[in-house]
Amino acid sequence: MTIVYDDEPDADEIPVRRIRFTINGAKKVAEVEPRLLLAHLIRQGLKLTGTHTGCDTTNCGACTVLVDGKPVKSCTMLAVQVDGHEITTVEGLATASELHPLQEGFKEEHGLQCGFCTPGMMLAAKALLDHNPDPTEEDVRWALSGNLCRCTGYQNIVKSVLWAAEKLRS
Amino acid sequence: MYPSRFRYEAPRSLDEAITLLREGGDDAKVLAGGQSLVPLMKLRFASPELIVDINNLPGLDYHREDPDGTLHVGALCRHVDLERSELLKSKQPTMAAAAPLIADPIVRNRGTLVGSLCHADPQGDWASVALALGGSIVAHGPGGRRTIKVADFVTGPFQNVLEPDEIAVEAIIPAARGARAGGYLKLERRVGDFATVGVAVAIETSGDTVTRAGIALTGVGGSTIGATAAAEALVGEPLTEQKIELAAQLAADVSRPRTDHRGSAEYKRHIVHTFVVRLLSRADGFAERAA
Repeated sequence: MTIVYDDEPDADEIPVRRIRFTINGAKKVAEVEPRLLLAHLIRQGLKLTGTHTGCDTTNCGACTVLVDGKPVKSCTMLAVQVDGHEITTVEGLATASELHPLQEGFKEEHGLQCGFCTPGMMLAAKALLDHNPDPTEEDVRWALSGNLCRCTGYQNIVKSVLWAAEKLRS
Repeated sequence: MYPSRFRYEAPRSLDEAITLLREGGDDAKVLAGGQSLVPLMKLRFASPELIVDINNLPGLDYHREDPDGTLHVGALCRHVDLERSELLKSKQPTMAAAAPLIADPIVRNRGTLVGSLCHADPQGDWASVALALGGSIVAHGPGGRRTIKVADFVTGPFQNVLEPDEIAVEAIIPAARGARAGGYLKLERRVGDFATVGVAVAIETSGDTVTRAGIALTGVGGSTIGATAAAEALVGEPLTEQKIELAAQLAADVSRPRTDHRGSAEYKRHIVHTFVVRLLSRADGFAERAA
């Protein structure tokens, strides 16, 4: 991965750190400036643009990814902090031949309209289902309460997650 | 948005972290959960030159109870750990009630209680809880450790008494001498918003008598407010309807809410009253027994 800096007088002083991490199962090495945010490492460095930056202020949850299986807002974590850790983005949900049950659920139950919040919703939902395979509707609403959707009114998102939970159990 | 340039260090030991902080002086900041600090850095409200990330320090992610009942919460214990804690559910009703109301579920995976207390946001929920429970912060510095009462810890909005080369390593909640009761109620416009009004109530009882009481308010003044007179009115007496009403009135009187987009001052003061009544009335069925 290449980072290009403006050739400012202090360009040699820019602190750059080498980090090693796993993303969607692939091992990576990156050289990052400490102020690089995880969201930017993922979107610009790794070109995985399924992770969306929405509000950029820790509110909306569109940039949610899993770090060591736990959902975090990638706009609110430094890229250097994933050194030695494992990241899952929405690109890591499907296999080459099959959608993840959550993706299928969102398709079956019309869980998206514009789709901007969907990757964050799916990853927050994945963390819920990993931890609680048989959630109630209330559990789903609770787990997704940090993710904003401005289109759907949430009803179909909740249905999609419950659909996926049932599919994963069978 | 992204932060201004800084040097980043992720030490593996507390001593190393202290040395780094001493080098950095006033321009250094400790990074724990980062759920308040990173947004502030992105907005350039904070532009530290050195970030000392303590996430790699071993053995700080605990919360545990001593045999005497004192609760210790380590600097890397996340809100989610407290939300899921059986210990809190059975022994710490005020903390157990507050944990699921901190920010939103995703933020709770990273953010820490100790970090929240250090951040000293006047709107912080944990600050009221810790104040109501008479908690303390343990600061580790080059000269060793010192314990600071939460009531003395915060000196103003976003300011605390820590020296630049000190790290808050844990929060302490003293043991209850009686049976604990209480809770935390938060009125918020939506999940993740700051409290329109938050009220923490922590009482200890022996038989029918209240032996210790703490009441603290969030979001209704320029700082966390300890409703000392309201709490003192309860001590040494059974928890009757009249006492509850008196405490609620005293708590509402000490609040200093401002009219803003979250509601009018009058409305917020009314909610303080309502929340104190609700929390004390449901305090483990105590009011019913006492009545």
